[in-house]
Amino acid sequence: MEPSNTPLLDELEEGQWPSFVAQLKQAAEKSPAAADLLRQVERSYADNTGHWKRGGIVGVRGYGGGVVGRYSSLPEEFPGVKEFHTMRINEPAGFFYTTEKLRQLCDVWDQYGSGLLNLHGSTGDIILLGTTTENLQPCFDALTEVGFDLGGSGSALRTISCCVGQARCEYACIDTMDITYDLTMHFQSDIHRPSFPYKFKIKCSGCPNDCAAASARSDLAIIGVWRDAIQVDPQAVRQYVADGLNIIDQVVRRCPTWAVEWDAQTQELKINDADCTHCMHCINQMPKALRVGKQQGATLLVGGKAPVVKGAQIGSVLVPFIEMQPPYTEFKELLVKIIDWWAENGKNRERIGELIDRLGMAAFLQAIGRQPCAQMVNAPRANPYLFWKSEEVQQNG
Amino acid sequence: MEIRELGGKQLELDEDGFIQDPAAWDEAVAAALAKTEGVDEMSEKHWKLVNYLRNYYLQFQMAPMIRKLCKETGFKLNEVYELFPSGPAKGACKVAGLPKPTGCV
Repeated sequence: MEPSNTPLLDELEEGQWPSFVAQLKQAAEKSPAAADLLRQVERSYADNTGHWKRGGIVGVRGYGGGVVGRYSSLPEEFPGVKEFHTMRINEPAGFFYTTEKLRQLCDVWDQYGSGLLNLHGSTGDIILLGTTTENLQPCFDALTEVGFDLGGSGSALRTISCCVGQARCEYACIDTMDITYDLTMHFQSDIHRPSFPYKFKIKCSGCPNDCAAASARSDLAIIGVWRDAIQVDPQAVRQYVADGLNIIDQVVRRCPTWAVEWDAQTQELKINDADCTHCMHCINQMPKALRVGKQQGATLLVGGKAPVVKGAQIGSVLVPFIEMQPPYTEFKELLVKIIDWWAENGKNRERIGELIDRLGMAAFLQAIGRQPCAQMVNAPRANPYLFWKSEEVQQNG
Repeated sequence: MEIRELGGKQLELDEDGFIQDPAAWDEAVAAALAKTEGVDEMSEKHWKLVNYLRNYYLQFQMAPMIRKLCKETGFKLNEVYELFPSGPAKGACKVAGLPKPTGCV
């Protein structure tokens, strides 16, 4: 047997898990670019450093984003990845595809690119990995022919993403897929033509289980919620208990606000909905017995982000309850106000959450015309937000 | 790096086609760079945008944020894309001879 020329990468094929190395090798059989990618990655492991150049600006006509320029720093050695640009493609809401659509996508990418892709990037896009500058425009044209468009990149509104929502889930309090589609269409220009201080992400989850990870990974999170009572089917609750669920240990004691009571004598479950913080735990434990309430809408959280310039932040409540019915006018108007304040005051590469930290929640709320309210407090009875302007302090002594 | 003739000069370009020496820029170079970005004829509006970028860069050593550019030139964002189809960063900044704006992340 010939000795392998990728001994370091071969280690990553060991074990029972899928391996990106195996995938790269498979792609390398068809694509010279993928073959050189494999060799360059091996070289990176040997040198203990990456071999991509910093930055790169490429694109297609009429778009300011959606393509991320990538150049090898060793083009003579690895000519196949001399230009190896990434194309971000806007995914369908909820990640629903027909196999036919995926085949069409892959045919285009086999023709114009390396044949390698990620499903999906952390913003939600389909990430097509590796093509040349020359191929960008024809590839984009072919993708639009089969119904795909570029997603966002750079200092723009990023591709909006959501959980599967009402299409697959009984907990969904809002139509996440329609919201995502509607906002994507409405804010097209902000996705394709970067004009913000930095990136802005919107994610939409149907319920507080937050499968889209909106609170941690989006600047503006839309999370489905109810504002009346959790629907209880007492008979089904008793059935869970009869089937062996330790309701005291597994449900009552784990309610973060002690809002659930179980009377073992009468076999009655009582939920004090005024104390409920919609954590979903009891509903997740007894999905056949408990359901989300009937008055449904969304909670909006602002300021979530992963660490790039400053550290990670989790979103905090901005609007405790908002109706989310088409055409989502109230939401859109609020979003425009948020963006305007941020664009006016934000420094280059400053996320909205960092700007709120710097200028204060009070200044932010005033700019977007919202009153502070108790639900914005991070931990109840621990850190109340008190807003006094200096002239008020003087007036009131 | 690649050496190309632009506006009668031999200029060094990076892989994205940005000139490496901002001091070598002149109007003939700009017109030649414009052709590489799908702008065959530089109109008065093109020059207004390019000169604004050029002057801003000479004063602050960086490109302005897009909103500032729109506000101060009076062009709407879509008008900027009509003038330079590859956009303000890749198109207009390149033609104005600015160093390459920083990348995506």
